[in-house]
Amino acid sequence: MRLHKFLYDVKRYRTILLMLAPAVAFFLLFAYVPMAGIVIAFKHYDYAGGIFGSAWNGLANFRFFFESGDAWTVTRNTALYNIAFIAVNNFLQIFAAILLFEIGGKWFRKLTQSILFLPYFISWVVVGAIAYNLLNYDIGTVNALLRGLGLEPVDIYNTPSYWPFILVAVSAWKTLGYGTVMYLAAIAGIDTEMYEAAEIDGANIFQRIMKITLPNLYPTLIILVLLAVGNIFRGDFGMFYNMVGNNGILFSSTDVIDTFVFRSLITSNDIGMSAAAGVFQSVLGFATIMSVNYAVRKYDKDRALF
Amino acid sequence: MQTSTERLNPRAPLHSRGRLQKDRLLFSVIGYVSLTLLALLCVLPFLLVVSSSLTEESTIIVKGYPFLPVDFSLEAYGILFKYPTQMLKAYIVTIGVTAAGTLLGLFLTSMTAYALSRKDFKWRNHFSFFFFFTTLFSGGLVPWYLLIVNYLHMKDTPLALVIPMLLNVFYIIVMKSFMSSIPEAIVESAKIDGAGDFLIYARLIIPLSKPALATIGLFLALAYWNDWYNALLFVSNENLMPLQYYLYKMLGNMDGMRKAMMSAGAVVTTTIPSESLKMAMTVVATGPILLAYPFVQRYFVQGLTIGAVKG
Repeated sequence: MRLHKFLYDVKRYRTILLMLAPAVAFFLLFAYVPMAGIVIAFKHYDYAGGIFGSAWNGLANFRFFFESGDAWTVTRNTALYNIAFIAVNNFLQIFAAILLFEIGGKWFRKLTQSILFLPYFISWVVVGAIAYNLLNYDIGTVNALLRGLGLEPVDIYNTPSYWPFILVAVSAWKTLGYGTVMYLAAIAGIDTEMYEAAEIDGANIFQRIMKITLPNLYPTLIILVLLAVGNIFRGDFGMFYNMVGNNGILFSSTDVIDTFVFRSLITSNDIGMSAAAGVFQSVLGFATIMSVNYAVRKYDKDRALF
Repeated sequence: MQTSTERLNPRAPLHSRGRLQKDRLLFSVIGYVSLTLLALLCVLPFLLVVSSSLTEESTIIVKGYPFLPVDFSLEAYGILFKYPTQMLKAYIVTIGVTAAGTLLGLFLTSMTAYALSRKDFKWRNHFSFFFFFTTLFSGGLVPWYLLIVNYLHMKDTPLALVIPMLLNVFYIIVMKSFMSSIPEAIVESAKIDGAGDFLIYARLIIPLSKPALATIGLFLALAYWNDWYNALLFVSNENLMPLQYYLYKMLGNMDGMRKAMMSAGAVVTTTIPSESLKMAMTVVATGPILLAYPFVQRYFVQGLTIGAVKG
């Protein structure tokens, strides 16, 4: 009887099901099949055997990953960079959005918003090239300026300690316009009556921003931060790879899980270990996003992601 | 729904009741100065690239990359356009991949989104979860890479540049939420007239979804145009290199650049202005985006705003 009902529904929704079929096939093939491929992390991969025919080797790949000492470095770097990105980027985006919203002059506002959004449209390859122009030792603009001022040039590409600052700045630069647009939309959605009431009560503009605009931005901020915290163990491969490349001197302060996995796979061809690192990242990421969502759900159901 | 950032805000006039408001003035000073600084920081790097591409090579070597063209020279562009074969190939690959990926991606995204937006479809939540779960958990790079290379044999085929980016759960969600706002009565009346589900999607929903299609289409096009990652993983054949990956290769490899120029027929001496040439290549690879930017920017703003409303 239940089967009968099911077949009836299939027949009834056959067109809709057919319309879904390509996307279902796509995600089955490119997302769910690779999930099954996680078994590689527990195998000694050989090309003849492939994913499912290779011999098991237990936790050897994981042991190798953790004993190499890289596991801690790349995990720490990934999390710390993402925390810094979340803090700095959101702060600057809210700052720019409030200024853009409050400042008069439609022309100035439009032009500024367009310019701030520009870096979002550029590929990371181009960003890497620009950074190289600015930072390289021989003919970089920064060092040309330093030399012009009679100061010692700095060898940025050989000094790991500069890189956290550089990467945070680059991330802020690339995402400023994108986030500003989102926060601007949130500010535009605030009920104008609140501002009018504040105006009548004699609040000055700073009080208005602190007491009305900012509190009204919290829901947007919380959602954006939550989404970002859920991805705290995912490094932005495009950024790190194009900014740092294969410059091993900088890895202590710039290597993230994603670049490590990529290098282990493509450069050193260590399939088992890079698969293990990838599984470690996925599981960590999944646990993070589930806990964040659980915490938010307890605190305020409406703000949970799912 | 407030989607426009253009709504009038309650900004008070600088002069209120005949008296200058000091807090407004102070705020305006802070605002204009900070925003101008931020805008300069965002635009100067582009100026650096353009200026460097237009500057005499020897000047770059001595004085570093300039923010304004000093010792103006078109030599780099001259060389680039004299031996354009490799760059032209990369351009053609990128245009082809972008066109194919955007059109196919848009078709699949909208069709999937429409099916999920149908409130009478019994299993819509099940399917939504099926898609959404892939954003929470993944098998990681390695199984995905091995699948595409060893099992699907897409390495060094155009498919490897198009297929992996075709569908994106976030775009499906944005499109679905847009389509959910289309009044159901439209679908109902079409059904009564005997139209099938696919016909409703193709003839009714697609025309009504033009704003969302424009937005998602541009996001897809930008992603394909700027993609170098799939090429990094899956392409070693020079004839299949898209623009950004070709640029990546050339930037990191002057010898490669000389070779490319030589294979295109250039008489190679050490006089190839490699630094300004790199920058000229960057300009040529980025140019179309910068030219289209003023016209398409608002669609991206629209897309982000839909996304922001839905979380």
